[in-house]
Amino acid sequence: MKLLVCISKTPDTTAKIAFTDNNSRFDTNGVTFIMNPTDEWYALVRAIEIKEQLGGSVTVINVGPKDNETVVIHKALAIGADDAVRIDADPGDAFFVASQIAAYAKDQQYDLIFTGKETIDYNGSNIGGMVAELLDLPYISLANHLEIAGNTATITREIEGGLEVLEVNTPFVISAQKGMAEQRIPNMRGIMTARSKPLKVVPPVPVAAYTTIAYYELPPQRKEVKLIDPEHPEELVKLLHEQAKVI
Amino acid sequence: MSVLIYVNHVNGNIKKSTFETACYAHRVAQLAGAGEVIALSLGTVSESDLAALGNCGVSRVLSDTNPVFNRFDSGAHTKALAVAANAVNASVVVLSHNSSGKAIAPRLSVRLQAGLVSAATELPQVSGSGFTVRKSVFSGKAFADYSINTPVKIISLNPNSYPVTRGNGTAAVETFNSGVSAADVKVKVIETKSLSDTIPLPEAELVVSAGRGMKGPENWGMIEELASILGAATACSRPVADVHWRPHHEHVGQTGITIRPNLYIAIGISGAIQHLAGVSNSKVIVVINKDAEAPFFKAADYGIIGDAFEVVPKLTQALKEFKSQNA
Ligand SMILES: Cc1cc2nc3c(=O)[nH]c(=O)nc-3n(C[C@H](O)[C@H](O)[C@H](O)COP(=O)(O)OP(=O)(O)OC[C@H]3O[C@@H](n4cnc5c(N)ncnc54)[C@H](O)[C@@H]3O)c2cc1C
Repeated sequence: MKLLVCISKTPDTTAKIAFTDNNSRFDTNGVTFIMNPTDEWYALVRAIEIKEQLGGSVTVINVGPKDNETVVIHKALAIGADDAVRIDADPGDAFFVASQIAAYAKDQQYDLIFTGKETIDYNGSNIGGMVAELLDLPYISLANHLEIAGNTATITREIEGGLEVLEVNTPFVISAQKGMAEQRIPNMRGIMTARSKPLKVVPPVPVAAYTTIAYYELPPQRKEVKLIDPEHPEELVKLLHEQAKVI
Repeated sequence: MSVLIYVNHVNGNIKKSTFETACYAHRVAQLAGAGEVIALSLGTVSESDLAALGNCGVSRVLSDTNPVFNRFDSGAHTKALAVAANAVNASVVVLSHNSSGKAIAPRLSVRLQAGLVSAATELPQVSGSGFTVRKSVFSGKAFADYSINTPVKIISLNPNSYPVTRGNGTAAVETFNSGVSAADVKVKVIETKSLSDTIPLPEAELVVSAGRGMKGPENWGMIEELASILGAATACSRPVADVHWRPHHEHVGQTGITIRPNLYIAIGISGAIQHLAGVSNSKVIVVINKDAEAPFFKAADYGIIGDAFEVVPKLTQALKEFKSQNA
């Protein structure tokens, strides 16, 4: 099995969200970055488990500047990926990133391409579907279970109000979410070997910007909480009905 | 020119999200001078149900009843949408940012070479050739305005972001052949399971959520009772799903589902930043927690400082009385 896992760099979940340049840019000042949680916990770990079970190799791919090698790529290698590719470009919009990944993957004959269900910064859930369309592959979104036998995968994925169990033949693209695998903490040996694993740096292909971010804004502050006497929850019911008008 | 929407249905039942996208698309067509709103329906849906999309301003429904569509394949549905978009000269395509929309919209963006804004929360700002759409970013901690630079634009609309107002129009339903065949369907659906008889969380207008403060799964009866009196969906914090007190699909927050119901009641949840990220765009937040210092109170509209084991049954009782008076 030749497996490719797309990994992204995102601000830490506790990062303070602020903007600069007249609210046109995310302020990275003092922000710690991490590997996007669903990429790490579900996509990467499930790919490694499949390799452990069926043999093969796990490559991680990231579109981003050199810093990303220390922030996300080394960690992915420490957790158990075999090698890494970094497309040397500042990630633009989702179409830009997907185009870079597809351009690289096109001639590599991957059996399976993984993404996490969405990044915690831009929350698009776009990369997997775009890569699939660019490579003309099936795309299974929001999967929480994946088993492979021969070249057939059995997958459970989320649909509106339920779950769907389906079969699909490799190659295909899959986005992974909770249920797929359990988080793995890199061990000492993983951390030691990560630095000696192959890391290929590839120049980007030219891609038009389909979208650009013009402006950011923080949500309005909520008013001070109104406290209700725990002995009189009927007060709350009244407020929800008459004031908030939600029941 | 036209604005095209995708009819989302489960076994022929049109989802509420389709009416949201229809009403939204109707307004987009007016703002952008983009002509009529046309819907594409794939698979088997009754003609009268499709005609009712006219209530939200859809003038025509293209209906491709090929049974291959009754099983979902993102590639086949995308291909059909692209054929329809070209046939009706669509300048904007609107889908819901739900599980099918998340599978189709990015594919369609590539296929139509059209910029996509996903998880949109508001109507676009249109001025001259400029077209900007607001979406939620950083898991609900901020908004960003995206300019779409391509001639054709795709928007996937966050569920519960746009109100449904129904008039009494009727859409004309026309037979449509998208040219998609069984060979385009690459996935074989084995079975579908409905998760529960209750309302699916992402589209629920009312949500009752509970956390580690409930002490154990055996205590969820009172949470479910409160939810059922309200007609609300149930949700939980991440540690609760991690230890399997509740199923994974109830986990809300930065690494779970992002929701924006009209009412979110959080019981025994501390309000960690990662939890707030997924729920803070709820219109009204109620927090019940025994610790007055719990961070969730800072993000709440209404709060009760008290022991959930005492407060929740009393609240349920008060709601029962309210419901019986307002029935
Ligand atoms: C990378 C990352 C991602 C994460 N993603 C998410 C996410 O998506 N969603 C999420 O929820 N969490 C997430 N977390 C975890 C988050 O940081 C918190 O640990 C978690 O939300 C806490 O859950 P809780 O509020 O149920 O439990 P606790 O923090 O233990 O809080 C329990 C609360 O219950 C109250 N309580 C106890 N007994 C009672 C009682 N009898 N009556 C009333 N109140 C009572 C306590 O005062 C306390 O406030 C993430 C963490 C990390 C590091």
